[in-house]
Amino acid sequence: MTRRALITEAQNTWCPGCGNFAIQHTLKNLLTDRENVGESLDNVVLVSGIGCHAKIADYLNINSVYTLHGRTIPVATGIKLANPHLTVICCVGDGDCYAEGLDHLIFAAKRNIDITVIVHNNRVYGLTTGQYTPTSPLGFRGRSTPAGTAEYPFNPLELMLASGATYIARGYTRKMDPLKDLIRQGIAHHGFSFIDVLQICATFFPAADYYGSRVYELAGHNTTDFEAACHVAREWNYNTDSRIALGLFYKKDAPTFEEAMQPSPVSAREKQEAITALLKSRT
Amino acid sequence: MKEVSVLIGGRAGDGINSAGAMVAQLLNHLGYRIYLYFDYPSLIRGGHNFAITRGAEQGIGTCREKVDFILALNQETADRHRHREKADTAILYNSDLVKGPGQGIPVKAILADENAPEIMGNSAIIGGFARAAGIDWATVNAVFSSHIPKGVELNLKVARRAYDLVKPVHPVSRCASPTLPLISGNEAIGIGMIRGGLEAYVSYPMTPSSSLLHFLAEQKDPFGIQVVHPENEIAVALMGIGFACAGKHVAVGTSGGGFCLMTEGISFAGIAEVPLVVVVSQRTGPSTGLPTYTCQSDLRLVLHAGQGEFPRLIVAPGNAQEAVHWSEIAMNLAWKFQVPAFILSDKTLSEGTYSLDPAVFTPPLPDDFPMWDGTPPYRRYADLPSGISPLAFPGAKDAVVKVNSYFHDDAGITTEEGPVVDRVTEKRLRKWRSLAADMDRYSPVHVSGTAGAPGVLLCWGSTMGVCTEVAGALGLKVVRPVVLSPFPSAQLRKALDGAKQVICVEENVTGQLAELAAQHGITTGTKILKYDGRPFTLEELEGKVREVLA
Repeated sequence: MTRRALITEAQNTWCPGCGNFAIQHTLKNLLTDRENVGESLDNVVLVSGIGCHAKIADYLNINSVYTLHGRTIPVATGIKLANPHLTVICCVGDGDCYAEGLDHLIFAAKRNIDITVIVHNNRVYGLTTGQYTPTSPLGFRGRSTPAGTAEYPFNPLELMLASGATYIARGYTRKMDPLKDLIRQGIAHHGFSFIDVLQICATFFPAADYYGSRVYELAGHNTTDFEAACHVAREWNYNTDSRIALGLFYKKDAPTFEEAMQPSPVSAREKQEAITALLKSRT
Repeated sequence: MKEVSVLIGGRAGDGINSAGAMVAQLLNHLGYRIYLYFDYPSLIRGGHNFAITRGAEQGIGTCREKVDFILALNQETADRHRHREKADTAILYNSDLVKGPGQGIPVKAILADENAPEIMGNSAIIGGFARAAGIDWATVNAVFSSHIPKGVELNLKVARRAYDLVKPVHPVSRCASPTLPLISGNEAIGIGMIRGGLEAYVSYPMTPSSSLLHFLAEQKDPFGIQVVHPENEIAVALMGIGFACAGKHVAVGTSGGGFCLMTEGISFAGIAEVPLVVVVSQRTGPSTGLPTYTCQSDLRLVLHAGQGEFPRLIVAPGNAQEAVHWSEIAMNLAWKFQVPAFILSDKTLSEGTYSLDPAVFTPPLPDDFPMWDGTPPYRRYADLPSGISPLAFPGAKDAVVKVNSYFHDDAGITTEEGPVVDRVTEKRLRKWRSLAADMDRYSPVHVSGTAGAPGVLLCWGSTMGVCTEVAGALGLKVVRPVVLSPFPSAQLRKALDGAKQVICVEENVTGQLAELAAQHGITTGTKILKYDGRPFTLEELEGKVREVLA
């Protein structure tokens, strides 16, 4: 097997200190691990939206589809339906996936399509230079809301629990080992995996101190207990100043969408015969 | 030319469409070529539905205003369609609900006598029609046996009772032609796409495209395809792109409103060079408009949908036969040139029923798409003289396939460098020219009628049927671009060579084809336009053309 360089020669334009570096590094390490156990990277596809997070499609030297703002998940769903042998990893932003493309996130969870969605959740629009997103706290002063937002954030974990996601986790870019573990398990999970990754935006929302004093690793939590998952997911609602749990909140085995949707193979001759039979039935 | 027209009408929920289909099969079995038009408002129960089944010796694609038979399931049908009566129009009606003139059929009494459920009432009307039209019982028996899904015997008993009651007032003579399959335009598009290699169809329900979704969903197992109905048309377009990026030949389908939601995906397919086939079946717009009626007002929308400039193929077949042919071509060319390809239909074609002759199907198109030879490094957007880059899909050994909605270099990595932007833009332009040059192989402009006639009807899409017949009656030529992008201006100019008067016939209010032709320096004369959601009838168009010619 040819070992490939995992980082392309594209110039990296993330700000110094950006949380995206940690996610890219984590994915690169996971890809290396995959190669080390003899699994080809030819079958991995990275799908991204549009926003700072999405540049990862240019930086990682693997198959990628650099889609549109908010539209990562439907493209990823099409890819997985077309070829269930592919490992499909979605890198999405919080504005990207929670605002512009929220419907697709909910439906992917509802369908239990076997893709892994990693949300680069810096709780602000970076590339469009600092506006609030669906997970910005109440009163967030951004360039479109200079007097502060008049709306509460929503809690994406709670939303995913309500939508039927079968793997729900939260990580933090400054806790890289647990983050790597959460993403690894998410990719391995047979079904829809959702990982909300808290990251700072070095330029527009540098909240490292806030997260640093509040995050803790979930311990002794029963990840198969839906009610318990709802309880811990509600502990921090992306607005209150409570503790912020990291780790796996919920996991469940369930049939996947792509399995249910696979066609039975039909030869060209059988197809032709099917057309002939259909036309005959219309005479 | 022998011909016959039969109108059947009643309330929504009365099974008017399937009753019309039975009438169509009776005429089909007498050797007639069929066009069936179904008119219904946008509701589930109540309201007035009617179907006009027209049979003729030669292939047709339109209806007459006047009909030979009216089958009235309710009083409204009898009252609303008086203008369609001729001196010898035979009227049959359900005498429980309708007052004459004509021959009444006591449906309720027949059903009671035969202990048959109410749903079989239409069989009495059809049996009555068969007798009134002088159709032999063996034909009725054959059609019922083939086309009634269950309870054939009881339906036949009900039909026979009416058959024995009614007098043969308007005999319909046999034609020499064999019976042919009857299919809708949407089904024809589906069959054409299957022939063109369709592996997946993604669509969100929207009239008049929904029946294509239903047809392919129903037939997915024999055709071995996937059919997906996602959350909205935005997801439809993007999911389609996902399928294509993974190497599956996919189509998506919708009507105007849904297509508006797809446009960001169309533009993405344009820059990312993703083969995506899009079926757009037009209904009367703007906005929600008339959901169940026809129009040709979205040509401009489909020509321009999506920001930026990129090549696209648009074909507008005129009837079911062409829908099979051109849908296959659209599937093929989308992959050959890696472009979005549109199959532009309308309610008249999509939901109309036509005779289809499988004997004239063309041989399958070659699927020799430009594939990567397997020598790394793979460059998704390799810059070749044709503008067409070899294809590979994720999963291919040692290929790093990078598809990108941004301006990108050969490898698919984002770029904002001016010279690279120029180069890839020009690459797409060369692809556009390659596509345009290829169109010569497919006769992109259809010419029929009287060769060398000074008067020409210029039309596109489903008005083919009505224009062809009017031209036949008045000694005119019909010129019809089937391909609307890349616009076949040279072929059109040639087809119009020597024309003294070019009358443009369209079902929209601005004359969108005339405008498109004018952009290519081809001027047309008078426009005959219709935009009430109903297709031209033969008499109507003939009258308007005569006025123009006078």
